[in-house]
Amino acid sequence: MKRLALLATLALFGGTVLSSQVQAGATFDAVKARGSLNCGVHTGLAGFGAPDDKGNWAGLDVDVCRAVAAALFGDAKKVKYVPLTTQQRFTALQSGEIDMLSRNTTLTSQRDTELGLNFGPTNFYDGQGFLVPKKLNVKNAKELNGATICVLPGTTTELNLTDYFRANKMDFKPVVIEKQDELAAAFFAGRCDAITSDASQLASIRSAQASNPDDYVILPELISKEPFATGVRHGDDQWFDLVKWVVYATFEAEEKGITSANIDSFKGKTDPTVKRLLGETPGLGKALGVSESWAYDVIKQVGNYGESFERNVGSGSKLKLPRGLNAQWNKGGLIYALPIR
Amino acid sequence: MTSNTNLDPKTASEIASHVEEPSQTELRAPRRSALNVLGWARENLFSSAPNTLLTVLAVSLLVWAVPPLLGWVLLKATFLGADPQACREAGGACWSFIEVKHRFILFGLYPHDEHWRPLLAMGLFLSAIAASCDPRFWNLRILAVWGAALPFCGLLMWGGLLGLTFVGNDKWGGLPLTLILATLGIVLAFPLSVLLALGRRSDMPAIRAICVGYIETVRGVPLVSVLFMASIMFPLFLPEGMTIDKLLRAQLGIMLFTAAYLAEAVRGGLQALPKGQYEAADALGLSYWQKMGLIILPQALRLVIPPIVNQFISCFKDTSLVIIIGLYDLLTTAKTALSDPLWRPFYIESYVFAAFIYFLFCFFMSRYSQYLEKRLNAGLKR
Repeated sequence: MKRLALLATLALFGGTVLSSQVQAGATFDAVKARGSLNCGVHTGLAGFGAPDDKGNWAGLDVDVCRAVAAALFGDAKKVKYVPLTTQQRFTALQSGEIDMLSRNTTLTSQRDTELGLNFGPTNFYDGQGFLVPKKLNVKNAKELNGATICVLPGTTTELNLTDYFRANKMDFKPVVIEKQDELAAAFFAGRCDAITSDASQLASIRSAQASNPDDYVILPELISKEPFATGVRHGDDQWFDLVKWVVYATFEAEEKGITSANIDSFKGKTDPTVKRLLGETPGLGKALGVSESWAYDVIKQVGNYGESFERNVGSGSKLKLPRGLNAQWNKGGLIYALPIR
Repeated sequence: MTSNTNLDPKTASEIASHVEEPSQTELRAPRRSALNVLGWARENLFSSAPNTLLTVLAVSLLVWAVPPLLGWVLLKATFLGADPQACREAGGACWSFIEVKHRFILFGLYPHDEHWRPLLAMGLFLSAIAASCDPRFWNLRILAVWGAALPFCGLLMWGGLLGLTFVGNDKWGGLPLTLILATLGIVLAFPLSVLLALGRRSDMPAIRAICVGYIETVRGVPLVSVLFMASIMFPLFLPEGMTIDKLLRAQLGIMLFTAAYLAEAVRGGLQALPKGQYEAADALGLSYWQKMGLIILPQALRLVIPPIVNQFISCFKDTSLVIIIGLYDLLTTAKTALSDPLWRPFYIESYVFAAFIYFLFCFFMSRYSQYLEKRLNAGLKR
């Protein structure tokens, strides 16, 4: 029935209002011809993708959009942000409404296969954790047997929580509240012993809503793996390659200590990796189908991964997240650029 | 001055009693008790045991609710200064949240330096609506008003001409977006609904079947699912890469949905008219459209003003459902403003602000419909 109404709509209005024509399977050419990138982002998640007071988009995920635009057009501003809800995000990508999805999306096998997505490198490793008041003197999650725990309903968070307690043969009493703000308010009012969510969320809840953030501690265990990555449609490997290597370039730049501020001082250095990254040894840009200065433009305009992290979610932001798993591989984290050569 | 104020309670009670008294009681002898406050209270608040109980309950409820509410809204509230910490220490409402975020809540993603454009467009839009509400404009002049206002609003919002920078409608948001969705939804749905209602009452089986089918289909599904279909399923039916503007999809969804509901209200009016009216029009030899346009619809629509306005109000509020398809209407911007971690605890203030704006518009519509009913029914009064 609904489909009938829709087909009627299509018949009535479809013919007159078509916009941007894109050829099937050639996202790369389409984006290039259009002159701007359609990037799917969160409707408002601080640190990852949210409009600021002036309506400008900012965040770790938003920076990936900007970096791809910088590599492709030499201008990080050539992005049209398409804010998407959780339900919309994959359809928007499948239907071609957006060219890439950089929206706090967990990389899973089902999404990679069944939904027809390809995922670029993980740009944020998150995991579900617990926030507890210090005065409870709980040192790790195993001590939470019998605890009352605040949790959002209907999310994987709730399922992970149940699984974790069942696996460890422990009991808990859930306090389920639909809205994140009210859930946090309930926790800080003392209605539950612990609150569980993604660790990055817990940190932001603690800094925003606790009357004294130092009275609360995030337990060391993470009970789930939530790698957030950038998604593109199946069917255009050149496009996938570009997105993938743009992200790796930001990783590599951090490893080499190249920042948006000091990149010009690296010109003429002898390190072959740096020479390739800056486009002084040509070939890489041609292989990707963009200009040889692609990585230079990305780092100059958006910055390396570390800069983006600190600016959006790290010490330079309101969230104040520690690097943790998101440190470089040689500093105890998981951020590992594949060789750019 | 002092003697005057001393007299006040008495005069006040006299006035009050005069206003409150139902007209029949004037026939009885005037009661001395009505002349003072105590007497008035005994008469109106403590006349019987249940009334006394209710009075006590109501007063204690007020005492329980009003002072904390006042304290939160006014006394302990923070009004100025961009510091969330100050708000937390004061403990009351944090209106400085609104002060900091009001431009984002009102205009959403629209470029900050260009906010005067949606503001001006909104002013024009509201003026055109106000003109449409004025009986002096109920002729061809109204077409001229809208004919001038709409292109000018479009020019202001989109720009791209006369030195205005182009702003795509993906960046529209806040109150202008809500107003556009609601007004165009209502204005476009209304003629469609009249046609649907007439079609449903038509003698031609094909037309009747189409109209009944349409109305029942759309009424059978919630608006959320219509919007979902428009935003999520619909693009999948199109060839890959071909997209229809998201705002347009939502606008059409709202319009088509509202039309189906309005059509049923209009049909109520058509059926409420005595058959004699139809027969009299036929006897005069009027054509179908003359009959409907001159005799039936003017009477039928007047009968159904309350349900129609009811539907308008509901449509205005329903536009907030576009939150699920990622459009930044007023409610979404109020919610998105909260994503700023510094201000996240002040969600009540944000929602109160949005609710207040919704209330202003809905209350106006409701009062205007009462005025309209009185005016249009003036001919029926004796």
